[in-house]
Amino acid sequence: MNGFFDMPSDLQHTWLGLVGWHLQESLVPVLAGLLVALPVAQLCVRFNWLYPPVLWITTVLYAVPSLAFFVVLIDYTGQSQTTVMIPLALYSLVVLVPAIVDGVRSVPAETNAAAVAMGIGPVRRYLRVQLPIAVPAIFAGLRVATVSSISLVSVGALIGNQGALGNLLADAMFYHRPILAVSSVVTTAVLAILADALLVLARRLLTPWQPPGARAAARAARRGGRGAGRPSGGRPHSRDAGEGPAPALERVP
Amino acid sequence: MTPTHPATRTNPPRQDRGVFGALIVIEDVSKRYPDGTVAVDRLSLEVPDRSITVLVGPSGCGKTTTLRMINRMIEPSSGRILLDGADIQQQPVNALRRSMGYVIQNAGLFQHRTVIDNIATVPRLLGWHRQRARARAAELMERVGLDASMAKRYPYQLSGGQQQRVGVARALAADPPVLLMDEPFSAVDPVVRRGLQEELLRIQEELGKAILFVTHDIDEAIRLGDQVAVLRTGGRLAQFAPPDELLSSPADPFVADFLGADRGIRGLSFFTSAGLNLDPAPVVAVDATAKQMAKRVTPDVPYVLVTDVDGKPLGWAEPARWAEGGKTLTPYGQTFEFGRDSLRVALDCAVLSPTGWAVGVDRTGSVVGVASQESVATAIRAAHAERAVRARDAAAPGTGARGTGAPGTGARGTGARGAGPAGAARRGGAGGEAGGAPGSAAGAGAEAAQ
Ligand SMILES: Nc1ncnc2c1ncn2[C@@H]1O[C@H](COP(=O)(O)OP(=O)(O)OP(=O)(O)O)[C@@H](O)[C@H]1O
Ligand SMILES: [Mg+2]
Repeated sequence: MNGFFDMPSDLQHTWLGLVGWHLQESLVPVLAGLLVALPVAQLCVRFNWLYPPVLWITTVLYAVPSLAFFVVLIDYTGQSQTTVMIPLALYSLVVLVPAIVDGVRSVPAETNAAAVAMGIGPVRRYLRVQLPIAVPAIFAGLRVATVSSISLVSVGALIGNQGALGNLLADAMFYHRPILAVSSVVTTAVLAILADALLVLARRLLTPWQPPGARAAARAARRGGRGAGRPSGGRPHSRDAGEGPAPALERVP
Repeated sequence: MTPTHPATRTNPPRQDRGVFGALIVIEDVSKRYPDGTVAVDRLSLEVPDRSITVLVGPSGCGKTTTLRMINRMIEPSSGRILLDGADIQQQPVNALRRSMGYVIQNAGLFQHRTVIDNIATVPRLLGWHRQRARARAAELMERVGLDASMAKRYPYQLSGGQQQRVGVARALAADPPVLLMDEPFSAVDPVVRRGLQEELLRIQEELGKAILFVTHDIDEAIRLGDQVAVLRTGGRLAQFAPPDELLSSPADPFVADFLGADRGIRGLSFFTSAGLNLDPAPVVAVDATAKQMAKRVTPDVPYVLVTDVDGKPLGWAEPARWAEGGKTLTPYGQTFEFGRDSLRVALDCAVLSPTGWAVGVDRTGSVVGVASQESVATAIRAAHAERAVRARDAAAPGTGARGTGAPGTGARGTGARGAGPAGAARRGGAGGEAGGAPGSAAGAGAEAAQ
């Protein structure tokens, strides 16, 4: 493992520095994506007709290669982290919006009726009743978005070493040090696994109200009913609220 | 709690209509959904204070729609609804809703909140302090029969019946004058449902709310309702009457059909057994001599009922065999509480008794006497006749309008529900009689025909 943690000087970062940078560059877009997705999803729940076009837009955005985004964005934001993070944030929407919409829609009709009947207004109902109950579904989406974002950051290497740990891949070739490629891949993978584990932990802490067996049951139920009449059938996001490893989005830069 | 006879034990008296004013008045209300479905068609109803009004009817007849128009979850297409004399349209919607408890099927609990926080929801919305709201919630848990140890549980950790209790407690939390209940007990098994119904009646005795209760189960309607509105498909009112009147004189074939086959038998729940002629002769204590025992036997009753020294029943014996030393007892089966249980329970006991004689006991369980199937039948005829007379009296003065008209004469219950000890008033304390005092000439006519 000699050289695993020795970073070439052109990167101007220690291994730890790269890790911190990588996390920032991948997690900030997911957070931004979440902030956008929450109100968008609420609008989609309120106005059903809005959901199909919103899904369509997020899918199209997801289909645009990051390189194409870079080409456009570089004129405005230059060869910066921002240029890398904007497409990542947009990609996260393809997972987060349906996750929140499905989560909020999964709130039982009786629960909503009870809330209305108690005189809980729409905003308070969304924040205090629907979102908390949607937490498992939202976290399922967050896990997919986070893991894929962590793996996607490496693309930033293409626009002047903005890829954090991904920059090691180019250096591995340049300096003929394969260990740097191993370091990049292994570190990224470990980060993804750790982030995922932390999200699972957070979800558990946030939802003491979930029956232990229900997660598996809910997962099985969703598998069974997936795609039936949903405009989002077969999309690359997961509605799993389950415990298994989050299925990362496959994406070739 | 006295042991509950498996047959229905619900008893008189129903409250005197007209004692309490109408808290909710539904005036000529219709609801047509955008797709053209007419869910409710020119419905007029009055829900009096301190009483249970049941809406019953087949699926899709507009029960839920009616209920939800009252708390404005659905707006009527025409007509108006008054709460305490004021049009609900003029009131702020959320304040209106918080003045009405709402209980639904499957409880609709907030799954992400503990039991105590679920119950404290409305007090918190009303701006109560957390401590005060929780204290109130704890008080309500006790009231609906939930153990305090359940306070910190989440809904998934409760049985269906317990969830439903939480639902009732949550609806009562801010002490609203009105309780709207939409098939609250339909998702639990019959035994639990029975318990919840008893509990609701008990709570109602204590709190005296104006309850509008929706169900599609006619037995539940009859058990719980002070008055029952039968709706037919299309959202039209078929009949609005106290349950005993409904059973004895359904307005039309639809209502009769909806009530089911044995409504005559079921109607007996509204007659008290106080009118029964109990025979104390065949009852002997276990320490009686064979001679004493033999004296009790008549050609009519070849058996005697043996009791212990306190008068509690032990079983039936044949004196001849008893004298020979074969001291075997035939089980006496069910007993009914004389004066408190209904004629239906007494009849059931007589039918089930191995000797054909029903055993009547007092409040302590000591035997008062026994009644044959024939004497139960005699009592039924007498009760019917008495009610027919009363119905004629009520109809004769031409008091007209239901709701204000002639409360039954004489033996009716005091109507002081909510004051008495739990269950007592509903079960018809001493001498309480059920006669329905039907408020219409049609009712009296049908009576006479019986
Ligand atoms: N939002 C709606 N749009 C159109 N029609 C509706 C709507 N809600 C209810 N209906 C129709 O109105 C009628 C009455 O419905 P409602 O829910 O009040 O029935 P219900 O008596 O409560 O039935 P159930 O016993 O099955 O609960 C039904 O025919 C139903 O199909
Ligand atoms: Mg309904």
